[in-house]
This record gives sequence, structure tokens and C-alpha cells, in this order.
Amino acid sequence: MPFRGSLTSRDQVAVYEFGWPAIIFIPLVAVLIQIFVLGKIPFLAAINLPFMVTIFFAVARRNPISGCLTGCAIGLMQDLFAGPSHPLGMYGIALTIIGYSASSLGLKIDVENPGSRFIITYIFFVAHQGIYYGVAHGLLGQVQQWSWSHVAISALANAVIGILVFKFLDRFKQR
Amino acid sequence: MDTFLGRYKNLIVLAAILFVQIIALAVQVHRPTQGGDTRLLRLWAISAVTPVETAVVHAQKWVNDSWNNYAYLRGVRRENRELRAEIERMKVEDARYAEDARMARRIQALLAFKEQYVDTTVAAQVIGTSGSEQSRILYLDKGLKDGIKPDMAVITPAGIVGKIVQVFPDSSQVLPINDQFSGVGAALKSSRLQGILRGSSNGVTTLQYVMSDEKVEPGEEVITSGGDRIFPKGLPVGKVVSVEPGKDLFLNIRVVPSARLDQVEEVLIVTKITERMPDGKDLGPLRASDILAERLPTVPAKPEVDATGKPKPGAASGTTPGATPATGTAAAHAGAAATPAANKPAIGGLSPAAPKPNGAATAAHGAPSGTTAGSAGAPKAPKPAAASGTRPAGTVAKPLNGTGTATAPHANTSAPAPGPSPANRPANGNQTPPPSKQSKPAPEQTPNTNPQQPSTPPNGEQPPQ
Repeated sequence: MPFRGSLTSRDQVAVYEFGWPAIIFIPLVAVLIQIFVLGKIPFLAAINLPFMVTIFFAVARRNPISGCLTGCAIGLMQDLFAGPSHPLGMYGIALTIIGYSASSLGLKIDVENPGSRFIITYIFFVAHQGIYYGVAHGLLGQVQQWSWSHVAISALANAVIGILVFKFLDRFKQR
Repeated sequence: MDTFLGRYKNLIVLAAILFVQIIALAVQVHRPTQGGDTRLLRLWAISAVTPVETAVVHAQKWVNDSWNNYAYLRGVRRENRELRAEIERMKVEDARYAEDARMARRIQALLAFKEQYVDTTVAAQVIGTSGSEQSRILYLDKGLKDGIKPDMAVITPAGIVGKIVQVFPDSSQVLPINDQFSGVGAALKSSRLQGILRGSSNGVTTLQYVMSDEKVEPGEEVITSGGDRIFPKGLPVGKVVSVEPGKDLFLNIRVVPSARLDQVEEVLIVTKITERMPDGKDLGPLRASDILAERLPTVPAKPEVDATGKPKPGAASGTTPGATPATGTAAAHAGAAATPAANKPAIGGLSPAAPKPNGAATAAHGAPSGTTAGSAGAPKAPKPAAASGTRPAGTVAKPLNGTGTATAPHANTSAPAPGPSPANRPANGNQTPPPSKQSKPAPEQTPNTNPQQPSTPPNGEQPPQ
């Protein structure tokens, strides 16, 4: 008999909602912390807080449309502060695809435990960097340097920090 | 149809959002903002966030200052003692440098050499970054209201940081020198080779467009060349850490910036640069003979004769022991030989070879005319050996080749640094040029090829006043 449905039970794919203040302020605060705190500390510059928030909202709501809209909004917000050589839409496109993919994946598998959160954050971070590289290099013709080792280490750092961030953001979930 | 839309609703929404963003990207690439302009969305976003961030950063600084200046004073007495000792040591050094500076300014005045001075600066605090590894933009808490404009240089005492790219009412964006879109006119401090300092997406800065046949050593200091018309000439940029052969006949010179770009907190924005002649008030009276010695061609002096009609020994060497005919010959040849090197094509809008003929020609014409002219090579060349009229001729490191003819592999090497380089060694090994060249009569010397700097005779005689 062929397998149909998700890889987890119906109970485990609970859909969460968030209050409007959380939907507005969590991404905003994440972008501001990224710009004004993490960017100023050299060894934390690889941490991408807006990316983690996008993943969190996408897998918690399990709705691809809201996932890609959230990713688009957070990405564009990141683009706004990235300087004149960085056209609006580079992070927007990357996080739109990540938001859509994460919410689609959230429909299929359990993303509540730390192990699965670590894995999806790691994989999606590599995908995010790849999409960004593709947009910058392919669409805009910018010279970008791709380093597998750097991406792998950054993904690892983001995955570890992501577990803590997700744990903190779980407080804002509403059934 | 409804079934199709319902079934692929998610994908259609995704495609629509991506399509809109790609079109927006294309529009931005097609119509880039001009210098100083900015997207309205960015202006609103940054203007909204800046006051809050400025307040937070200043509050944080106040707390830090309070702690460091009032509470945490451990070790201050010891540090004070050490600083006092250092001041004493620096006073001694200062006296030595002051004399060098006076001589350099005097020579600059003689040559009508205009120098760029940082006139006014505005201190600013770094309040934020772009927040991504791909863009290294910094945000400062000073903007239009403080007189900041695009393309102003941003520096620290340690070295240059970058330039202003966009200005908002209360803040501004700095493009650091390690950003991939940055380019700074830079030069190597000792060899004076010029190139363009570029950043990269991973934050590594490289000095580009230095020919691969040039010799560049790790550890060499890099300074601004002034060629970009943004940074004043001579500001520290960084140090060379590695040199590798690159593509297209250029070296790949990796440079570590002097300023800690990833930890910079306070900076100075250069709001005004003035170009003026060095102040010669405190330099003592200038003699007309000095100016004429620099600017006018002279005739060779007849050797003085004594009562018996024999030439007096040493009369031809003028007033300075270093200004021997050999020195003048070597220096003049160096200037002549340097000309082809100085005619290298300019690269990338900046001319790496631009200042080369100046230094070489100066050395060539300046060497024979005693102390004043002999030092004329000094402003450009850090080790004015070839043109130094104050050294005995035997100690001058003349770039002679095997035939005794002066060569200059690089125009700026008119004053080659001492070392194992063959160019620094005299041809015959005893630091004295071959007699045939030494005794070469002045009119037969290779003429100075620089029309701006006519040659003076090698005998060191002052021109008629």
C-alpha cells in the first residue's frame, strides 16, 4: 500500500498562530539586531537572525503563502539597510523561496524537536546562500566569491544558534 | 480553471511574488540611483531607525565611558609612568624629525610643490552595519545636517576607513575599503609604486594593477596616492601581507588595512581638503641662488687655477663633497633611463606611473647643485641616496650597470634602497663609479629629458645670481 500523507502524525503538525504585535515586531527587531548589533561584532557577522525568524514563522504556520509573504517582507526589510550597491529584492527573493520551502516542508515533517530544527536550519541556510549567490551572480552580474567551507561553518553556527532562537520564539506561539 | 488555480494556488502566489521582485531588480539595475540620490523607501526606513539607534549607541557609550573613566581606573598610575617615559623618548625623536620636515618643506617650497592638507573633519560614531556579510556598509550618526556629503573620506588615526556613499538627514553610509565595490588610489610607501586598492565579497583587500616585474615585499606599508581625488595623499592604508603573481601581468598583493574595519567605532569624516603651498615662514630665508639653481640651466664652471696655473684640487666638486661629477652623471642618467618607465600607460583611470618621472627628473637635475639641489630628490624618494648631495660620492648607491651607465629599472628608484639588489651596488664593487664615467665632461652628459626640469651641470657650482 503506498504511503500517503505526511511523515508525521496529524497531532504533530499542529498549526500555530501569532498575535499581530508578534508578527510585526519580531521580524523588525530581528532585522534591527542584525544591523545594529550582530553586524558590529566580527565573529557574529555570519549569524543571520532574519533568516531564522523566516524559518520559524514558516514552519510554525505551515502555510506556504504566508510563509513566502513573511520571507518577502523580512528580506526586503534587510535589503533596505544593505547599502546602495545592494538593490532591493536580493534578500527578498532568497527569503521568499526559503519561506515557501520551509512552510511546505513543515506540512510534511515534524519540525518541533531540536534535531529537526537543526537540520532544516542548516540545509535552508546553505540554500539561502546559494539563492543569494545565484541572484547576485546570475541576475545582477556581481562578482561573488563562493566558499564551501565558509558556508558550511556559517550554516553550522546558524543551526546551533537557531535552536536557541526557536526555543525563545516558541513563547509567542498561540494555538 | 478553478480547480487548477486552487490546486496550484501556492505556487502561483510564489511565482507572482518572485516575478514582481525580479522586475523590481531589473528596474533598479536599469535606472541606478545617481550619486547622492537614494530610494525613497530606504530614506524612510533609515530615517525612522537612526534616531533610536543613535540614542542607544550614545547611551551605551556613556555607560562605557562612565565605567572606564571613573570606576575602572586600575593600572592608570603605571600606564601614566609608561606614557611619560614614551613622551620623553618621542621628544628626542621629534627633534630629529623636525629638522627633516623643515628641509622637506623648504624643498617643497622651492619646487612649488602643492600639498593636500586635511583642513576640517567631523567626528562621527559608527551606529550600525548592513547586517550582512555580502555588504560591508557602515552607518554613521552624522548626516546632511552636519555638512556631510557623498564622496567624503572617512578616516581614523590608524588609517583610512572608506568613503561616504549616501547621506541622510541624520546619518550617512560609509563604503569601507574592504567592500567589493570599493576602490582607492594607493601606493607602496617605500617603492612608490601605485595601484588601486580593492575590496572583495569576503572582505579581503588587494592592491591591484602593480606590474608583475616590480619587486614588492610583505610588510611594506601602503598609503593613499591621492589619485582618486577623495583621500588626501599619504594617509596610511595598510600593510602588504602577501605577494603572488596574478593574472594579466599584474601582481596580486594582499593588504591588511591599518584601521580595524570590523571593530571601528569612532571615525573622522574629512569635510574639507585644501591644497596649498607649504608654509615657509619658519624655514629661514630663501636665497635667490637656491631657486635659480633649481629652475635655471647653468653652464659648467671653469676649474679654478692657482697661481701656477694648475687646477686646484677639489675645485670642481663645488661646495659639497657629495656633488661630484660622477654623482651628477649617475643621477642624470638615472633620470634619462627612468623616462621610459615613467611613460607606462595609466591603468584604470589612475596613473600608477604618474609621479615617477617627477622624482626621477628631480633627482637627475638636482643632484649636482650642492646641498640644496642634492636633496631635491628627497620629497618623493624615501632614501635619497642617488641624489643626496650631502653624502660623499663613494657612499652613494648609484644604479650603475656593468658599463657604468646609470640605469633605473623604475623611475622612483632614483634613490634605490640599500640592500642586495644589483641596482644598489656600484658597478666595480668599490662604490666608486668607473673613472671613465667620472671624468666625463659635463656637456657630454645625457641631457635631462624632462623639459620642466632643466639639467644643471654636475660640478655643483651655483648658477650666476
